Amino acid sequence: MGILSSSVSITRYRVNGKIEQPVLETISNKLEKRKIREIDGKTDQVSVGWTCFDDPYHPDFLLNRSFVIGNYIVFAMRLDKKSIPSKLVKKLYIEKSKRRLKETGRDFLTRDEKEGISDGIIKKLCISIPAAPNVYDIIWNCEENWLWFFTNVKSANEALETLFQETFEMRLVRIFPYTLARNSFLNNDAKIDLLHQLAHK
Amino acid sequence: MLDIAVAYNRFRFLGHEFLTWLFFAIDTDEAILFGKIDNNIRIDIGNKMVLENRKEAEAEKIVISGEQAGLEEAFVALSKGALITEINLIIKYENSKLQFTLKGESLCLGSIKLSETGALETSQDLEAAVLEKIYLYEKIFALLDKAYESFLDLRISDQWKNHSAKKMKDWIGDKNRLLKKNG
Repeated sequence: MGILSSSVSITRYRVNGKIEQPVLETISNKLEKRKIREIDGKTDQVSVGWTCFDDPYHPDFLLNRSFVIGNYIVFAMRLDKKSIPSKLVKKLYIEKSKRRLKETGRDFLTRDEKEGISDGIIKKLCISIPAAPNVYDIIWNCEENWLWFFTNVKSANEALETLFQETFEMRLVRIFPYTLARNSFLNNDAKIDLLHQLAHK
Repeated sequence: MLDIAVAYNRFRFLGHEFLTWLFFAIDTDEAILFGKIDNNIRIDIGNKMVLENRKEAEAEKIVISGEQAGLEEAFVALSKGALITEINLIIKYENSKLQFTLKGESLCLGSIKLSETGALETSQDLEAAVLEKIYLYEKIFALLDKAYESFLDLRISDQWKNHSAKKMKDWIGDKNRLLKKNG
């Protein structure tokens, strides 16, 4: 997942839009605003945000300017997730349901009561279970409008596309056979027509 | 521009055709790829190839992997109409060796392995290592983009139907005959 790992995977993107001047100030402010929020000891199950490439567990984009390397912006997306074992939830749910039935003297629970029990168990477990962090490095060339994301994992790519749009108000367009062909045939409508015809043959 | 999800699925075949053509170009030393980029670049097939035949009622998948794996099954599958959906490639450039797996439907690069870089001791070392990696990845992408561009120009031209497709068919037939003859 890391740029410097011995084996990496890369998904390429084209960045649609221009970052406002001054570029580095704008980027550092926006990254800081949406940096990863710690969720350990909290009821949240997932947290997604930006982090520093060289210090992913203590991000600070205002003090740490190491995200600029040469002509590139080098940072990372961190996706923290708590894994709640479903079998544990089931066990605690059965125990709590039985207790509730005994307390109320009824022989059934309403749908709202069932949902309330289940939500309460998950929230309580979330507070005690620490989140596992996944760090995915990013290289962004603002001048040439491209970005490399160091994973091919679908859920991570989808999280990146959403977070990037929310942070920078610019769209990431994934590079795949069609989009790369469009880039290659830029401003040549005749070639683009021929490309579209291929899909109908 | 088409909706991204629709375009992804509709043009998936183009990536598979590209990988199949790339295999043909590498195997036959067509020189269409390398001459246009850099004469010092050498490209070879690596340790994995995945083919799919969607012409049958149920898609057939053939996976060939391993350092010593032969490509006989690949040519048999190609003769039945299969296309390459995933290919491992080795690029040798100056003193660097790069190995990676290219997926046809997404053109994503996976399992990229580069020649070892020096140990990191200072922040300058870190920056230099990152820049070196970027330089090498850019080389791979430049090569692939150029190859894809050559393929696209050919694919939308009349030359594809009249010349290239026939040439590829002959290549598959010749390879199968040769492999059969050699037992």
